[in-house]
Amino acid sequence: MFKGRVGYGTSLLALLALLAMSGMVAISVGAVSVPVEEILKMGANRVAVGTFVRNWPESDEVIIGVIRLPRVAGAALVGGALAVAGVVFQALLKNPMADPYIIGTSGGAALGATVAMTLPVTATWLGFGLVPVLAFMGAMGTVLFVYNLARTGPRVPVVSLLLAGFAVSSMLAAVMSFLMLISGSALRRVILWTMGGMAVNGWQQVAVVGPVMLVGAGAIYLLAGDLNAFLLGEEEAAYLGVDVERRKILLLFLGSLLTGAAVTISGLVGFVGLVIPHVARLLFGADHRILLPASGLVGGSFLVLADLVARSLLAPTEIPVGIVTALLGAPFFIYLLRRNKKEYGF
Amino acid sequence: MVESNDGLLRAEDLCFSYFNGRVVSHVSLTLGRGDLVGLIGPNGSGKTTLLKLLSGVLKPALGHVSLEGRQVQALERREIAQRVAVVPQELHVPFPFTVREMVSMGRTPYVRPLVGLTAEDHQVVRDVMGATGIGDLAGRDFATLSGGEQQRVIIAMALAQEPRFLLLDEPTVHLDLNHQVEILELIRRLNREKGVAVLAALHDLNLAALYFDRLILLNRGAIVATGTPAQVLTAARILEVFSASVLVEAHPVTQAPQVTVVPLSQ
Repeated sequence: MFKGRVGYGTSLLALLALLAMSGMVAISVGAVSVPVEEILKMGANRVAVGTFVRNWPESDEVIIGVIRLPRVAGAALVGGALAVAGVVFQALLKNPMADPYIIGTSGGAALGATVAMTLPVTATWLGFGLVPVLAFMGAMGTVLFVYNLARTGPRVPVVSLLLAGFAVSSMLAAVMSFLMLISGSALRRVILWTMGGMAVNGWQQVAVVGPVMLVGAGAIYLLAGDLNAFLLGEEEAAYLGVDVERRKILLLFLGSLLTGAAVTISGLVGFVGLVIPHVARLLFGADHRILLPASGLVGGSFLVLADLVARSLLAPTEIPVGIVTALLGAPFFIYLLRRNKKEYGF
Repeated sequence: MVESNDGLLRAEDLCFSYFNGRVVSHVSLTLGRGDLVGLIGPNGSGKTTLLKLLSGVLKPALGHVSLEGRQVQALERREIAQRVAVVPQELHVPFPFTVREMVSMGRTPYVRPLVGLTAEDHQVVRDVMGATGIGDLAGRDFATLSGGEQQRVIIAMALAQEPRFLLLDEPTVHLDLNHQVEILELIRRLNREKGVAVLAALHDLNLAALYFDRLILLNRGAIVATGTPAQVLTAARILEVFSASVLVEAHPVTQAPQVTVVPLSQ
């Protein structure tokens, strides 16, 4: 739609502005409404570039600085990470229906979370409870298992990867259902967790997950040219000079790392990783040098706003953000598809 | 083997088999600067497999491929891609890339992460788009192009690798006659003007005879004849390899051998 008309830098600046505005709205709105102007003054005071006289209640500072800002930052990070991971898996698997969970991350994470919820133990590590820790380990362990199942000699064909991912996910889902059934009490918590929701309390989790995501996404960006080549098929990628199998394992790892990190603070947020890459592709084209940063920024903005809706719609009750992402995102996606029918050969 | 840059792509005694038994057996060949060689043979005779072995994406069971004096299997993909470009039989692109983006991908073996495409890369992309006559299509979506145009884009992408060796797998299959001629003229012009060594698998014997200096005839994975089109394309050999009875006559204009099928009922 815009590709060819707007330059690379302009596009990314516009998306950064979009993310900043979404964030600002999300920080401002809530049970206690804090005006944007007040937030800006607070921020200026905090980083010592301004000295505004405080004419707002001190509780506002706590609401913004300790509750809302980390949550919004978490949502932006999760949305961006899932969108970038979605781009990676769609390119690697050469499949428009691929999402970050496709090779078993979600199954492994959900089982890990379920085990944590049914165990009569609590533990905390770097601000993370047992649920996120086991969910992360489940996600990464499953990907490792699926990768090794799919391996035939030195090669890991993507079709095997897809099939192995599907089979292992189904198996894990069965185990999870069984655990839910016999545990009873954890049932509702597990269901809510699998629908996704921002679970951020203060800055500590964001401070751990954020750097992991940013470094992972940065590493993926360095491989943007290889992802382009992967879209032409693995054989063609090899002809273009890509060391296919080594790059594949690296990209699978990085994509799964972003997904696993996202899962620790948000549960299983669906839809973002599938649809945001398509939205970004329709807006900015398929070249990964622009697609990766654009997807990250669009995904971040989208989840910030979706999370805002999730906590505001039935306030003070929160609804799972996965419901919002699907309800908001799907119609928009369909609209884009229909509008670009010719350009986008579905 | 002596390591020396002889400027050649050389296959020595290549053997390969898949699980289903399709085979390349004891193939040796040499491709050097300025060569324009057509690879012909019936379906399943090993043309595609041979091209994959030469480009190093398949590893031979026996024998070896050397690229400018070095073993292909010991080279990095990036080093191979800076010297050998392959135009595959079909290229399915699931997402909408523009023509310029596609051709730019040919620079992959040269591009450094973070730096991206340099001014020199962009110049190469412009040059090869000009040389292949697709300059006007730069902003178009690849998927919306005709078969002939797509083939030009894929060849331009291969040329953007600035290869010394260009391997093509049936570059004119699925194309109308006018586009077949266009593509073959283009390949020959690139060979003559830039000195790129060309090895192209082809299914049309007459076009192969018209456009290529030398032909290699494969049957069941083995080379059964090699030489000028007139030396390779004889009625007896075509009967033996293709099980078709034919007349071979000189082309009225170029004198290249042309094959005419004689129906069995005659």
